[in-house]
Amino acid sequence: MLAWAIYISFAGALVSVLLPKDKPALARRWALAVAVAGLVIAIAGYAGGFGQGREVIVDALWVPSMGIHYMLAADGISRVLVLLTGIASVAGVLFSWNVELRTNQFFALYLALIGGVYGVFLSFDFFLLFFFYEIAIVPKYFLISIWGSTRREYGAMKLALYSFVGSAMVLIGLLAAYATAGSHSTALIDLAHAGLPVSFQMWCFPLVFVGFAILAGMWPFHTWAPTGHVAAPTAASMLLAGVVMKLGAYGCLRVAMGLFPHGLDPWGFSFIGIGSWRDVFAWLAVIGIVYGALVALAQTDFKFVIGYSSVSHMGFVLLGLMTLNQIGLDGAVLQMFSHGVIAGLLFAIVGRIVYDRTHTRQFAELETMHLSRRLPFAAWAFVVAGIASMGLPGFSGFVAELQVLVGSWRANPWWTVVAGVGIIVGVAYIWRALQKAFFTDALPTPHELESEEEHKFAPICWSEMAGVALLLASTLVVGIYPRILLDQIEPAVKALLAGGMQ
Amino acid sequence: MNYINLFRSTLPETALEIAALLVLFVDLGFLRKAARATRIAVAAVLGIAGCLAALWAVSIAGPFSAGNDLLLSAGGSAGVAQVAVLALTALTLLLLIDSDFTRNPGEYVAVVLMAAAGGLLISAAQDLLVIFAGLELLSLSLYILTAFAKQSGKSAESAIKYYVFGAMSAAFLLFGFSYLYGLTGSTNLHEIALAAAVGRAASATPLLYIALVMVAVGLGFKVAAVPFHLWAPDTYEGAPAPAAAFIASVSKVASFALLVGIGTAFFHVFDNLHRGVLFVRFGFPTRYLGLLAPWELILTVLAVASMIFGNLAALAQSSVRRLLAYSAIAHAGYILLGLAFFSWTNVSAQAVLYYIVTHGLTTIGAFGVVGVVERAVGSDRLEAFLGLQKRNPLLAAVMLVLFLSLAGIPPLVGFWAKFNLFAAVLRTSGGALPFTLVALAVLFSAVSLYYYLQVLKRVYVMPATDESPITARPVTVAVLVLITAAVVVLGCFPALLQSWIASFYPHP
Repeated sequence: MLAWAIYISFAGALVSVLLPKDKPALARRWALAVAVAGLVIAIAGYAGGFGQGREVIVDALWVPSMGIHYMLAADGISRVLVLLTGIASVAGVLFSWNVELRTNQFFALYLALIGGVYGVFLSFDFFLLFFFYEIAIVPKYFLISIWGSTRREYGAMKLALYSFVGSAMVLIGLLAAYATAGSHSTALIDLAHAGLPVSFQMWCFPLVFVGFAILAGMWPFHTWAPTGHVAAPTAASMLLAGVVMKLGAYGCLRVAMGLFPHGLDPWGFSFIGIGSWRDVFAWLAVIGIVYGALVALAQTDFKFVIGYSSVSHMGFVLLGLMTLNQIGLDGAVLQMFSHGVIAGLLFAIVGRIVYDRTHTRQFAELETMHLSRRLPFAAWAFVVAGIASMGLPGFSGFVAELQVLVGSWRANPWWTVVAGVGIIVGVAYIWRALQKAFFTDALPTPHELESEEEHKFAPICWSEMAGVALLLASTLVVGIYPRILLDQIEPAVKALLAGGMQ
Repeated sequence: MNYINLFRSTLPETALEIAALLVLFVDLGFLRKAARATRIAVAAVLGIAGCLAALWAVSIAGPFSAGNDLLLSAGGSAGVAQVAVLALTALTLLLLIDSDFTRNPGEYVAVVLMAAAGGLLISAAQDLLVIFAGLELLSLSLYILTAFAKQSGKSAESAIKYYVFGAMSAAFLLFGFSYLYGLTGSTNLHEIALAAAVGRAASATPLLYIALVMVAVGLGFKVAAVPFHLWAPDTYEGAPAPAAAFIASVSKVASFALLVGIGTAFFHVFDNLHRGVLFVRFGFPTRYLGLLAPWELILTVLAVASMIFGNLAALAQSSVRRLLAYSAIAHAGYILLGLAFFSWTNVSAQAVLYYIVTHGLTTIGAFGVVGVVERAVGSDRLEAFLGLQKRNPLLAAVMLVLFLSLAGIPPLVGFWAKFNLFAAVLRTSGGALPFTLVALAVLFSAVSLYYYLQVLKRVYVMPATDESPITARPVTVAVLVLITAAVVVLGCFPALLQSWIASFYPHP
């Protein structure tokens, strides 16, 4: 059932290429229909998955000579992330309603990217997962370089190369694991059962983990993220921050930690308190949280603030993974969902609702525009989204980050202390952005009022409202009733902790 | 010597030679006054018919021995490579139909067919003399093909460069062969390997090393491995597009098939011996000194140099043909890696064959697109491809698929070729060195994405300076679509080609 989300997306992409060029409206409607179909499947799959554990969807031998399986399966973690992808893809189409340039190509690449993302989340064969993971790289490059803004070719190439280097590291690890295991299967479950030697896991784990973590925006390999997000068109930055970064985090969890659980074991010696790869990556995650937040505080470009905030929030995901306890991992997966929705919303407001009307993202210029009065919808949507991003109770971010912090306290209190600083700075940069962009103190001069009358902003259209409503509703529902996701996440995490991928 | 047997095992070559003569005869005898397009079409169709006849002949040709020495093998890597050589030759002839660089299509097709016959010979050759004769037949034909655009100064220049390098490397090769013969007293690959391992040549190692290095110079030239690659960029740039496609695909396939044949012969040196004797004398026969260790070392050095230099040099190119040349050098590096860590079983041979066949196919398509663009714009600079997606969306899509396949992006066939090859290396030999080299190769293929994207960026992203449509002629379009479809389908169902290649090997 869930597998159809993949097929529909790719088929939709193919049809979209073939649609007539001069009918953007048709391409839009088609893309929306495909994305909604994907979301419906995701919801149905999610709803049908309560109490199911891991269910295999397809398992066929794909390349018999190498034991590669076409194996799609879903457990609670996959289902949550597929649901996120469905939501983000519909919202992305809604916020791309005003794309007029080469519309059919835009949506073709967009849907191909979505298809690749669905594929990664559902693959239970190491090789298949990598296959979909790489498919997702190329559409990103073209989406950014053709439809992007600010230094788009630079941003796009940087992102493509970072992703490709990351996936090269993963591929090396994969090949090594495959050769070392000597098994004739690349299914994750079979490889996990292969009993890879601990010494092998010790060096293969960091290789694969870092390979995936590059895409998850782990400090110090995060620099593609802000430039890529800023350069990308709105829908692409929503997807990048919303789901593509989750691909990285998901790979870290499912592949690196699932296949090489002993890679996290202590080294047997410690150096300035760091005695295992777990400590190394946890501290990198913590640094990412604080660093991302501090840099976000200093930006003059509205979108860069959100770009760096993504680095900070993804730090929580990685920190949650490194806690290695139930509550921390629950929080990490929940944070993937939560950040996917909230970052999507923030990027939508900045990139679509504000930028497409004001044509600037510089705070200095936005300050003179009095947006709270002229775009009240944007201002209030950003207030709510900002509150969600700060992690206030009632929104999904609160539940997620709280669990991560509790988990990390149990693992190492110092991580929590430093990460807590990141949360406080997080409040500050959202507050600053809010004030600078929307609620300036300066009163409009009569001259400004006149010009405002002349250049009225286009009214908020239905697609924007629908997109904001969808994303806000998602974060609120999860914030108020987190069990709706946790009921599926918890058993999956428990199984993963109990025996790796086994 | 049994001439009936010889005739039977050289039936494919014979078919090609007859077709070549027929093409000349028809073209010069009947069509001298006909329009050029007709002459080209007739010559190409006759050539393709020759290839098809040879394809049929490959299936019935058997191995050929003179006395105890195997001269030509059949089946296995030879069979795969011969089919590939003929199919790729037919594709490049199809590309000829829509081109107009020559007024002598009969001669062109005849030379192509003779080159293909040389390719067939070296794919199957098991004897130094046959190897040398086949290589010379192939190389001499290629020099002529490179120079075939007589109106173009570049074509003549590149042919001279190619010829000078080629002649020199042939001299090295022959020199190496003479040492091998002098040391071992045989021209047969198996005999040479055996003598080097256990026989009279086993003590003459330094001379043997010199001989192998000389041989590597000659063969390294054919596959354009660094540092014997200097001809490649110039030839790829100067040769007429169908000829460049031929050099980049057919000649490469045949030369790598020769390397596979040599590797297999070196490895299966003990096959004819009684196993019991073997175990008494050597223990387990997976590794032995003699030819294998120095040969692997030489190939490793060439592989690493080619990967690094090819990829880095490609970054700086502004001509798409030169870019393809350097990328082909880089790909040769990956393949040489697979040959350097060769396997006792057929895993490595099959992986290498998979790689060269798919790479040849992709390259022909790439040169097809370059040829069309060149004819419309008059240049193969990167700028010539600006806005191609607007000028001809189909060509742009073909370009996208082929270049991404070269970069190794799934779900295209180039990805599987790489994966297959690297997996074969790691499965063959564990240890730090092969792992490091594979890691290097994978990282350099990440580098390669940059220059492939530089071309695709011109095609899809940057605005066109000239938006007039580019039209491609129907046959070319059909060939390009066929190749693109093959790249996608084989990429989605990699087992198809794998099992086809495996079907040439006897079942274990």
